[in-house]
Amino acid sequence: MFRTIIGLEIHAQVMSKTKAFCSCPADVFEKKPNTLICPVCTGQPGALPVLNEEVVCLALKGALALNCEINKKSSFDRKNYFYPDLPKGYQITQFFKPIAENGFLIIDDQNGKEKKIRIRRLHIEEDAGKLLHIGSENISESTGSYLDLNRCGVPLIEIVTEPDMSSPEEAKIFMEALRDNLKVLNVCSGDMEKGALRCDANISVVDEEKNYSSNRVEVKNMNSFKFVEKALFYEKERIIDELKKGHDVKFETRSWVMPDKKTVSMRSKEKENDYRYFPEPDLPPLFVSDEKIEIIKASLPELPRDKKLRFIEEYNIPEYDAGVLSSDLLIANFFEEVAKYTNRPKESSNWIMGEVLRMIKEENLDLENSFLSKELFQDLFKLMDGKIISSKMAKDVLDYALKEKKLPSVIVEEKGFKQVEDTELITKIIQEAIKKNQKAVDQYKSGKKNVIGYFVGAVMKETKGKANPETVNEIAKEMLEK
Amino acid sequence: MSENFLNKKIREMERVNKKGDIFSFFFNRTKKYDEKVKAFLEILNYKEAIPYGLKDNILCIGAKTTCGSQLLKNYNSTYDATVVENLRKYGFEPLGKTNMDEFAMGSSTENSSFFPTRNPWNTERIPGGSSGGSAAAVASGLVPFALGSDTGGSIRLPAAMCGIVGYKPSYGLVSRYGLVAFGSSLDQIGPFTRCIEDTHSVIKMIASKDEKDSTSENFEIKDLATTDLKKIRIAIPREMVDYEGLDEGVKESFYLFVEELEKNGVKINYVNIPSLKYVIATYYLIAPGEASSNLSRFDGVRYGKRNDKSNYEDMVNLFRDSGFGIEVKRRILLGTFTLSSAYYDAYYRKALKVRRIIKKEIDKIFENNDFIINPTSPVIAPYLNQITDPLTYYLMDYYTISANLIGAPAISLPIKRVENMPVGLHIMSKRFMDNELLSFANRIQNLSPSFKNGFFELPDGGEKYV
Ligand SMILES: [Zn+2]
Repeated sequence: MFRTIIGLEIHAQVMSKTKAFCSCPADVFEKKPNTLICPVCTGQPGALPVLNEEVVCLALKGALALNCEINKKSSFDRKNYFYPDLPKGYQITQFFKPIAENGFLIIDDQNGKEKKIRIRRLHIEEDAGKLLHIGSENISESTGSYLDLNRCGVPLIEIVTEPDMSSPEEAKIFMEALRDNLKVLNVCSGDMEKGALRCDANISVVDEEKNYSSNRVEVKNMNSFKFVEKALFYEKERIIDELKKGHDVKFETRSWVMPDKKTVSMRSKEKENDYRYFPEPDLPPLFVSDEKIEIIKASLPELPRDKKLRFIEEYNIPEYDAGVLSSDLLIANFFEEVAKYTNRPKESSNWIMGEVLRMIKEENLDLENSFLSKELFQDLFKLMDGKIISSKMAKDVLDYALKEKKLPSVIVEEKGFKQVEDTELITKIIQEAIKKNQKAVDQYKSGKKNVIGYFVGAVMKETKGKANPETVNEIAKEMLEK
Repeated sequence: MSENFLNKKIREMERVNKKGDIFSFFFNRTKKYDEKVKAFLEILNYKEAIPYGLKDNILCIGAKTTCGSQLLKNYNSTYDATVVENLRKYGFEPLGKTNMDEFAMGSSTENSSFFPTRNPWNTERIPGGSSGGSAAAVASGLVPFALGSDTGGSIRLPAAMCGIVGYKPSYGLVSRYGLVAFGSSLDQIGPFTRCIEDTHSVIKMIASKDEKDSTSENFEIKDLATTDLKKIRIAIPREMVDYEGLDEGVKESFYLFVEELEKNGVKINYVNIPSLKYVIATYYLIAPGEASSNLSRFDGVRYGKRNDKSNYEDMVNLFRDSGFGIEVKRRILLGTFTLSSAYYDAYYRKALKVRRIIKKEIDKIFENNDFIINPTSPVIAPYLNQITDPLTYYLMDYYTISANLIGAPAISLPIKRVENMPVGLHIMSKRFMDNELLSFANRIQNLSPSFKNGFFELPDGGEKYV
């Protein structure tokens, strides 16, 4: 038996207005290179950092949501190393005394089991610039490199977990749960593809029969939730293979290479930089008052998992649906609005889980500025209740309603969307179909009940989808069983 | 002379600023300076400004900031230091940037990568360092005052060796924004002047709680007060006067002045401060550690001449190897070593601990004493190239370093001369007792035999100009 042990180090870009230690704007994504810079973030000689109060508040928000203990006195340190994207030659971070420690996040693992992932520490630090290499992804093989300092000084919180995850899937679930939390808190956009949320992992495998633990491998460059799982799965298998052969893997840092779908060695841990950490003399210690902690605690919104549990309890919807609906604040709020107004939580959930999410994903629907509203769904539900339209027709009606910004009842009126309840017509169509396909009737009679779909389909085709599927089903069943 | 140039200028500004007291020091001497200063102003086209000297590690738009280093030979200041901005509000502009030991590392200004600065009292001798250029500019009468920076004595030592007043304010009194950092927890900007009133006037203008410097503090510089010498208690550390490296002539000048103080009613207490024997070791663990990090930004990517090595590591190594001078390299290596993870606990962490102990011991002395005095330097200015062993210079810092380690204000003022070279008296008070320190120094400056007609004497070459 092999047991996998995974711990994560996450960097989240903090959504403050300005950078961590200067007043340049912090939102630098895809801005013109080297335009959002100043003496402080470009490390001009003589320039000094000044801590951004907003970053502290956002870090505290994150820390409290992750159930951390807040250090009332924390401090900043310098992490020294040479790299062209680090203009000061050091990064300001919190090494000796982070702002928060000893937290946890509860997730529901792949089997739906509740699991507590402990957070070792959460601290504030600054991002480095960006290098664009010419001719290669690698600085040493490129013919030249462009340097964009816009990202220098963008605030980050680094979150380090305990090695509490026992599978790549669980690591992915944790990352998604963390993303959902940070998003709801407005601490981080959570966008891994854009680099706003980054994750490095430490993974090792224990051979329980031999009671032997492999070396720890660090995996970097997993820039999507999917890749976190894939890269760690690859790495887990690689380690197990070596263990089975009676070897061990090297204690090293590896990088996930997307095109090849594998991890490759970056450097051995012995070659790791000595970062020469020491207290940052340019910044006084950071004090956080009890009052501030209380104010921020009180301002915390309902967190995704609490919301999920409440949705299950309050609206009696399936756990999976509750999980999806609660992971995004906008969607969660919309769901609650519709559910309460229509007093139809199950249908509201179904429609939002199905049609609304599909439209957001496939059609880039902007929920906030769309024509979708609780009144619209109320209207739609009424049309279905009155059997004026079928649920299948309702999807088309909804489409038109959004496009033309009119209520469903108006669309039904204007476009003549009417469900065919004409039992005579339906019976006639089915009779025709039975005549044409006696084989299907025999099949039905011999027990292949789903052949009924053929007859329902025939009615739908003839009525252009306007027949009430329930009625059609009933009639078809009756006739076939005759 | 009726209404001269500076007088007129100051009157104009008084109307605007309503801070007329700042400029009183100029009234005393505008007559003396007028012609000379006017000539400078015309040459530099500073028709609207009053000049001062600015150490070349303080940024000022329009001027290069070289820090005395080849690496920054062509670095144009990208912004104004807060002190430069503060002085500009009062109509002051730098007349020029003054020479210094490379990155302020040195005690002689011989470590400038361009040329050494000479002492106006004897051009065969060094002016002290690292702010030797600023000291020499004031001592030779070129400017009414100059700014320097002091990490372990870099203002006070050259002030003593050049026979003028040098003041290192309490840590946090003056913004460090725009001062190229050497030892960030020790650095302070301060003035060189020819009398304490001028020191007071300049500090009043440059001191500020600066939102760009998180280590700066809100502190009010008050008017100079009258000090009753009979109420003053002064400590003299035995470790300092019994120090074996203390020159006999300097010691004698110091004791003569102490006698003078006693005659005026000052109470003298000889004290022991055992931790003083660790100040040099502590300083040379902390300052190079901070410096090694502060100077990391000079990696050849953005500053200095780009060399064409084919990879990043080689490029950085070649740049730093060929760009930094020997003393800077020595300290970077020392600092890199003391910060390395294997030695951090044994050296750097321990030094921080000793630093706290030193502060505790000295604060204890201040419980029963207003000031601690000692000679500013154990020797008069050495000859150029006389001292080749860096350790000798490190030891010279013995008398000034503790003020930086504990963040206390300290001032050096000239007393009796030895071999016609100035000797300095060093006075230190508790942190943020700057008002008391300046008032006391102001009270006793006329007890110095070098104080004449309201100013400390300048060498022959210097007086000629004023
Ligand atoms: Zn900036």
